[in-house]
Amino acid sequence: MIRLVPNHASKIKRRDKVGFTFDGLRLEGRRGESLAAALLQAGHLNLRTAPFGDAPARGAFCHMGICQECAVRIEGRTVEACRTELTDGLVVERVS
Amino acid sequence: MSGDYDVAIVGAGPAGGNAALAAAQHGLRVLLLDEQPAAGGQVWRAKSSAILAAPATEESTAGTSLRNRLAQSSVTHLSGARVWQMSQDDGWKLEVLQGGSSETYTAKKLVLATGAREYVQPVPGWTTPGVIGLAGATALFKQNLRAPGQRTVVCGTGPLVFYVASEIRRLGGTVAAVITPNARMDWACATPALLHRPALLARGALWVADLKLAGVPIYWQHAVTGVDGDTEVTAVEFAPLSHDWTPEASRVVIRADSLCLGNGLIPQIEAAQMLGVPLTHDAHLGGWVPRAAPDGVTDVAGLYLCGDGAGIRGAEAAVHQGTLTGLRIAADMGFDTSTARDSSRALWARAARFGRAMTALSIPRAGLARLSKDDTVVCRCEGITKAGITQEITHGAGSCNAVKSGLRAGMGPCGGKFCQTAVAQIICTETGQDVAQVAPPTARPPLCPVPLDAAAGAFDYHALPIPKPAPL
Ligand SMILES: Cc1cc2nc3c(=O)[nH]c(=O)nc-3n(C[C@H](O)[C@@H](O)[C@H](O)COP(=O)(O)OP(=O)(O)OC[C@H]3O[C@@H](n4cnc5c(N)ncnc54)[C@H](O)[C@@H]3O)c2cc1C
Ligand code: FES
Repeated sequence: MIRLVPNHASKIKRRDKVGFTFDGLRLEGRRGESLAAALLQAGHLNLRTAPFGDAPARGAFCHMGICQECAVRIEGRTVEACRTELTDGLVVERVS
Repeated sequence: MSGDYDVAIVGAGPAGGNAALAAAQHGLRVLLLDEQPAAGGQVWRAKSSAILAAPATEESTAGTSLRNRLAQSSVTHLSGARVWQMSQDDGWKLEVLQGGSSETYTAKKLVLATGAREYVQPVPGWTTPGVIGLAGATALFKQNLRAPGQRTVVCGTGPLVFYVASEIRRLGGTVAAVITPNARMDWACATPALLHRPALLARGALWVADLKLAGVPIYWQHAVTGVDGDTEVTAVEFAPLSHDWTPEASRVVIRADSLCLGNGLIPQIEAAQMLGVPLTHDAHLGGWVPRAAPDGVTDVAGLYLCGDGAGIRGAEAAVHQGTLTGLRIAADMGFDTSTARDSSRALWARAARFGRAMTALSIPRAGLARLSKDDTVVCRCEGITKAGITQEITHGAGSCNAVKSGLRAGMGPCGGKFCQTAVAQIICTETGQDVAQVAPPTARPPLCPVPLDAAAGAFDYHALPIPKPAPL
């Protein structure tokens, strides 16, 4: 099929995979990518449970550090997954 | 306190980056601050270090050029630096969060080039993981070169909806459908402006032609009315819109695992608002805008504004307004820059006309508000529904500030940035006021969440700093 917009997926070269954990699950991602993107790629979009209201499941929404929907815990601190770079062995917990 | 600069610039996008370069060319000591890991702003956001190689795009090429020019200049660029508080006494004092701790910087002049964020009209199910902002999706593309899912519905106004659909295809994803509230006629009305920018017109036409060839359905004058799935998106529901964008009764359901949803951009005005710049309402510039001249000058001495934060005019206008602002500051500090300013001003005016025409495609029409139902969550942070907000207004809350202090809507960790436009819209519906009469809530520091442990100790969601209720 003719494509006017080429598929570049195979032309993108990424760094080697590194391991990390989310809520105790062992996952893989690319060093340096945003944690939100790594979790998305690993099939984890549901990142936290909102403390109020009837629609508690939440995941990355704005991807620009504003909405705080992607909040996760790393080393006891609450951080935005969309603004956190993935590192080898990162231990990521849900914000309870 | 670290370093004393002639100029501090908040935001290293096309506006702030070019303001920095223009000021530095005249020998001014420039501090450029941005919370992103690299300069480029939203439109030219840099690739993450996880990408070793990738085909260049127009945006990546322009961003690389800006980053190279900054690297070769005398500009001090702090990346990963979030400005959370600013104040004026003898010059400007900025509180900057970098790597978990806060530092203070001072400068004689201050430029706010904080850009835009997006408006998303709340619809049932929009909080479901897998629903992301339409502009936000482009951040995911540029930084991580990832598609939002396997099968994505893309819905929104203006050119962005076609750009996002096209990027998903370029990155190897599948677009289930493109849905846009705009009618073909809206685009026909924008044609005169487009004809002045043939390269952009050609690019847009290519995106649409590619989608057609690929058999991706494009639903004009439609909007997403709901999202199915509790913890993940399973399907997206949409409906045709009337001329004023009221959803009609019929529904179409399409299977998808992700949705990009947006209703245009709004300027990030909180910093300017906090520092006392008067606001005016102009729907063609994205709603409430701080008053600033084309060369960035504001009513507040020593404070300048440029780029989409001063009104949505697009990336090219941001470039020229940034340059113009940098040159104006140099002039205010004793350098003759009048010739260069004249040519920048002409370039800005041309680009700004085009930008306004594009922004006009996203001006919300009256019926759009009907996409939010009584039980739709409007304030995501506090889980407050439209009915909850309506009730507060019926009980007498007639302003965004009143709703905020009565209900906490807009007092969660996002600081109201994602609900204030929807709250204002509900106030309009309930009280019969015009959007231009419903002022945004008073802006309070911190500008963005600052972990309390930036100093010491641990914190959790409930401990995210929440500004005190604004006085009524
Ligand atoms: C998510 C998003 C994606 C977009 N994508 C496109 C696109 O692909 N194509 C297009 O034509 N237009 C796009 N736009 C429109 C955009 O507004 C452009 O017109 C252009 O980026 C505007 O340039 P600017 O310099 O005014 O602002 P921006 O490019 O937005 O730059 C502002 C910068 O300020 C920084 N900043 C803001 N507040 C703070 C703070 N408190 N502390 C530190 N740093 C701060 C931000 O990190 C950002 O880098 C997008 C807008 C958004 C919101
Ligand atoms: S997705 Fe909004 S802050 Fe991360």
